[in-house]
Amino acid sequence: MSLSHTLLALLERGPRHGYDLKQEFDAQFGQDRPLHYGQVYATLARLLKNGLVEVDAVEHGGGPERKRYAVTAAGVTDVEGWLSRPESPELYLHSTLYTKVVLALLTGRDAAAVLDVQRAAHLDLMRTLTRRKTRGDLADALICDHAIFHLEADLRWLELTSARLDRLAEEVRS
Amino acid sequence: MTADAPLLTARDLSKTYGTTRALDGVSLDVRAGEILAVMGPSGSGKSTLMHCLAGIVRPDSGELRYRGRDLTAASDAERSALRRGEFGFVFQFGQLVPELTCLENVALPLRMEGVRRKEAERRAAYWLERLDVAGVAGKRPGQASGGQGQRVAIARALVTEPSVVFADEPTGALDTLNGEMVMRLLTECAEQSRTAVVLVTHEPAVAAYSHREVVVRDGRIRTSAGSAR
Ligand SMILES: Nc1ncnc2c1ncn2[C@@H]1O[C@H](COP(=O)(O)OP(=O)(O)OP(=O)(O)O)[C@@H](O)[C@H]1O
Ligand SMILES: [Mg+2]
Repeated sequence: MSLSHTLLALLERGPRHGYDLKQEFDAQFGQDRPLHYGQVYATLARLLKNGLVEVDAVEHGGGPERKRYAVTAAGVTDVEGWLSRPESPELYLHSTLYTKVVLALLTGRDAAAVLDVQRAAHLDLMRTLTRRKTRGDLADALICDHAIFHLEADLRWLELTSARLDRLAEEVRS
Repeated sequence: MTADAPLLTARDLSKTYGTTRALDGVSLDVRAGEILAVMGPSGSGKSTLMHCLAGIVRPDSGELRYRGRDLTAASDAERSALRRGEFGFVFQFGQLVPELTCLENVALPLRMEGVRRKEAERRAAYWLERLDVAGVAGKRPGQASGGQGQRVAIARALVTEPSVVFADEPTGALDTLNGEMVMRLLTECAEQSRTAVVLVTHEPAVAAYSHREVVVRDGRIRTSAGSAR
């Protein structure tokens, strides 16, 4: 999963402090492992250097100064590209795909399109393996089958998620 | 007509059953020799689309052409002649005639075209051989296994050397190994005779035998992706 793209997409919903970004990330995606503040600030510093976010306000309270970050136009383009590019089909992709779908829903993009490009990429690899299987020997066919069945599991998940997008949209936005 | 002018051209097809919009403005080309998978969830309109493309169901609106000829304007008799001569069909449960032997079943489409019995059975025997089920030629469909029955059904679909075979969940009733065998034989035979296949399936492993796929959702085609050959 790409933390920088995820933080950028969360910032698309409005400028935030690093602290709020962490809270929001954990609420949506932190089920198994919440973020460390260090990860958030290191990622924001890199995004700032690359011009994908900018400091939108600085608060001088009693303690250290607090920066509020906003996504730049270049940052939005970056998210856009990431969401519309399929992940290269490999095993156990689900957390990245889930993140992409949720972010598309949160930022008002076409989540079904995210699933569609991914399905096409998966099916393409399945085609290649199926073709290879009809030519190779049995040992090679068995190796191909293993990969095909795993891709099939991903595809089932993509299909089921497509069918449940409306419900998921309600849940993530609430 | 150039080599890759489409065989079938559908433009903006719609079909409503009562209040159900089974097809809602579908456009699609089927080219000679291509294997096209039609995917999508249950009830999305895959079979309806296939039936419209094959001239079995008349769409409420839209245009359908076969080799440039307008099928929406054709009479029922013209369309069934076209189906017999140019199209082949494979369904989920073979749909073979139970009283006839497997050989007679495969010969049947030729007999309906007026081919003499001996010649029809000679050609039927050739296709049973190609599909590796020559052994059941003299048996009734009820005496063959599901996988054998499907291969007989494919032989029957190919015996007239159609330009398009329509297959609706052809492996739906088979286990993985038999499904694979059926798909392999169907696609090999189709590729060798440059027969186009419209393959309706919701199984990715079956769709993986296609050259490209379309996905139907709520009577519409979502995307048209897939690798060039
Ligand atoms: N002859 C008919 N009369 C009434 N409704 C029909 C008829 N044929 C199809 N429908 C309806 O049209 C819609 C699309 O049906 P269709 O059979 O094309 O779906 P499908 O994608 O083939 O589904 P499945 O994967 O379950 O075979 C469904 O809501 C179905 O109930
Ligand atoms: Mg159907």
